[in-house]
Amino acid sequence: MASTEVHPPRESEELTHHPSPRKYVWVAIILAVVTAAEVAIYYIPGIGAFLIPGLVVFAVLKFVMVALYFMHLKFDSKLFRRLFVTGIVLAFVIFTIVLLTFFLRPEASGITG
Amino acid sequence: MATHDAALTGPPAPEEHHTSTGLDNTKMAMWAFLGSECLFFGSLISTYLLYRSRAASGPTPGEIYDIPFTSVSSFVLLMSSLTMVLALAAIQRGDHRGLRTWLLATALLGMTFIGGQVYEFTTFYEEGLALSKSPFGSAFFMATGFHGAHVTVGILMLLALVGMSMAGRLTVDGARKVELIGLYWHFVDIVWIVIFTVVYLVPTE
Amino acid sequence: MATAALQPRRNIFARPTATTGWYSWLTTVDHKKIGIMYGVTAFVFFLLGGLEALAIRAQLAVPDGEVLNADVYNQFFTMHGITMIFLVVMPMGVALFNFFVPLMIGARDVAFPRLNALSYWIFLFGGIFIYSSFFLGGAPDGGWFGYAPLSRDLPSHGMDFYAVGLQVLGVASLAGAVNFIVTILNMRAPGMTFMRMPVFVWMTLVVSFLLLFAMPVIAVALFQLMFDRLFDTTFFNVAAGGDPLLWQHLFWLFGHPEVYILILPAMGIVSEVLPTFSRKPIFGYAAVVFAGAAIGFMGWGVWAHHMFAAGLGPVANSAFALSTMFIAVPTGVKIFNWIGTLWGGSIRFTTAMKFSIGFIAMFIIGGLSGVTHAIVPHDAQQTDTYYVVAHFHYVLFGGALFGIMSGLYYWWPKIFGHRLSEKLGSWNFWLWFIGFNLTFGPMHIVGLQGMPRRVYTYPDGMGWNLWNMMETVGAFVIALATLVFLFNVAVSRRKGRNEAGSDPWDARTLEWSIPSPPPEYNFAEVPIVEHRDDFWHKKYFVGPGRTAEPVFSGGADHATGEETEHHIHMPSPSYFPLIAAVGMLVSAYAVIFALPAVAIGLLITTLGLFGWVFEPGTAE
Repeated sequence: MASTEVHPPRESEELTHHPSPRKYVWVAIILAVVTAAEVAIYYIPGIGAFLIPGLVVFAVLKFVMVALYFMHLKFDSKLFRRLFVTGIVLAFVIFTIVLLTFFLRPEASGITG
Repeated sequence: MATHDAALTGPPAPEEHHTSTGLDNTKMAMWAFLGSECLFFGSLISTYLLYRSRAASGPTPGEIYDIPFTSVSSFVLLMSSLTMVLALAAIQRGDHRGLRTWLLATALLGMTFIGGQVYEFTTFYEEGLALSKSPFGSAFFMATGFHGAHVTVGILMLLALVGMSMAGRLTVDGARKVELIGLYWHFVDIVWIVIFTVVYLVPTE
Repeated sequence: MATAALQPRRNIFARPTATTGWYSWLTTVDHKKIGIMYGVTAFVFFLLGGLEALAIRAQLAVPDGEVLNADVYNQFFTMHGITMIFLVVMPMGVALFNFFVPLMIGARDVAFPRLNALSYWIFLFGGIFIYSSFFLGGAPDGGWFGYAPLSRDLPSHGMDFYAVGLQVLGVASLAGAVNFIVTILNMRAPGMTFMRMPVFVWMTLVVSFLLLFAMPVIAVALFQLMFDRLFDTTFFNVAAGGDPLLWQHLFWLFGHPEVYILILPAMGIVSEVLPTFSRKPIFGYAAVVFAGAAIGFMGWGVWAHHMFAAGLGPVANSAFALSTMFIAVPTGVKIFNWIGTLWGGSIRFTTAMKFSIGFIAMFIIGGLSGVTHAIVPHDAQQTDTYYVVAHFHYVLFGGALFGIMSGLYYWWPKIFGHRLSEKLGSWNFWLWFIGFNLTFGPMHIVGLQGMPRRVYTYPDGMGWNLWNMMETVGAFVIALATLVFLFNVAVSRRKGRNEAGSDPWDARTLEWSIPSPPPEYNFAEVPIVEHRDDFWHKKYFVGPGRTAEPVFSGGADHATGEETEHHIHMPSPSYFPLIAAVGMLVSAYAVIFALPAVAIGLLITTLGLFGWVFEPGTAE
């Protein structure tokens, strides 16, 4: 069966730009460390106002690393990045506005967010 | 000595043809779909943000979440992205044994994650949080439930890839197919990164 | 070592091969056939939606009417809206996208032909599913906009059909959007740069992006409504803390881009028809293209203008009022460019041209009433009155439908090989024009006089009687005009005289360079594109004074007769899209009537998808 054959790489793939497995493992280690950090700061008493920005920063970091390296966006055509980022930015903007209309609603309506 | 022989590389993929941008049709389609999914999960997560403090007479987020447990299952899902990308690397260098190993590892980690979700959902239900209990309950189960459904579909596709590989159907153009499923899988992982932070970790006063 | 040649698989059912005969339509993946199916199906739904409209107008012809009771009226006006938006205007646009986008960019088909077929079958089944509700306990009766909490509480199965049915249709639209984006980005003929694409193709691209990002939002809203109704979730259960405004936001986040999805195809059509019958290129091509993209982009920032009376507060209202006023600007740009196209042109008043010019006039009126809505205090008076009904019918009927009719009369010869009668077309146009204005013009007046919308009757003595009677008469004139159209279709087929060659209008774009109807493979040789309006430039040498002199090698002449097969491999027919769609239909009924049976539907769909994935795009 052909399954055990090793096929030489085909020219059409941008093999020169693929990170090696070692690189991927490093990314994974960073992701694990950041996750641990997220959980850690969650439990720090008195962290107060730093908690949410910290969590957001960590989440964005993980998000970006998975997208750039595991999803290969760093090495692929910019079009893919644009398709994805458009969705993200659009979602972020419109839902921020929606939530603002709820949380900044005039008090007279008597409904709280 | 390896000769650069068409017989070794196999015939070109049947679908492969020149495209205006030079980019593969299916890869472009997958990225467009993932862009669309951002709006889908954005709507679910926003609904959760609106409703998380409306717990009616039921438990609140602060009362019911088990952060250590969810942290572990988040870690599991995160590692499944690593195994996924290692599976892709394997088929890109023609290693089909490695492909199947890493694909199965990914599926297994995914199933572990789902198992954790099932456990979490049943525990929450027993503790009084239900879909119909409160807006918080409805929004929480919808957001995490749809995410779990996406993971499940992903697992099925991973297992299908394993089957295809065993049947010798990934020798031609296989890397492209694995990459496509991989993109979907990483996306589902990314959504969980957002959910874990926004739903679980960010406190609801 | 053995090569990687695969053993031929022995399928349980052989792959269909027919390209003619009725069975071939069930398994076709040809964009032209799929386009025709979309068009025919959409037209049937148009007749159904029109009957609903006639019933509504019959009920409202006189005060205290007794043609329809309140409950039936609610079903009819809800279904009229759902039908016209989701089952007529959208699929008509898709029908024309399907037939013409590949031709206009010099491609042989769309990027994913089987996905294309899937979209059609899901559309057909979704429409049938929604209409079956009339016989299964009552049609949706909560308005096409399904406002919660009413929509979650209405007792019949109607709103279940609404939630599930629109969800199913949404899948078709999303798949189509992905398909057309990849097609337009990736399958253009050599030399067909973005700025050489016809405006219609650009509008298809913008619409596809709008669909791509808007459909998921309503999908979530519909899931929430469905779950509220089926599983008693509390998304819109006010007593438990649910918020009706959540529905409105999610619905209109979809709903506003949706209206641009409805109008941009027609704007694209008009941008093709006007140049052809003015013998001039479109005025300000780049401006028209960018304005279309701007409308698509800005359309995301105006949704809450549908919620001015919902209590969002002055800050939100002002912000959305401003954005709504701004979006009139790119629309205005397009209108001036269309007028600029006509200006100084050598005009031929074909039926297609009449409908396009009619589009401009009617859309201006609808746009102007729209601008008045943007002013929040004005809207406070206009909202929920017939003034709004007037506005959106002027833009959707006077706009989108006129544009679609223009496209049908323009492209009919290419699709079917014969023209529609111009004489009957003239009657069609004028009757439609008169009937349309008679029906919807007076609505501005009764609306400002306070006649509420979405209500099954009105009392005597309000001063509305005359206008309502006029509107009803107008509706029947529209019906007559529609019959004229059907008559035209039937009669034009028979007469041999209307036969059209490949280029009956002396047009500008690539679809006119191939035979009518086109062969299965579209182009015998993939065209090499060197200009915008490349076909025009192949026919005419465009001199320094913009004069056009015929080039005698002639683009159109070789199109008939000589094509050899050239061993062009076209995507092969498949029945898996049909199977996958059937599974979705089964699941849809199961959700409402027998929840466990959803598994059966899912299984059918999954089997269909697996078969599809393992089947090569083109059979050996």
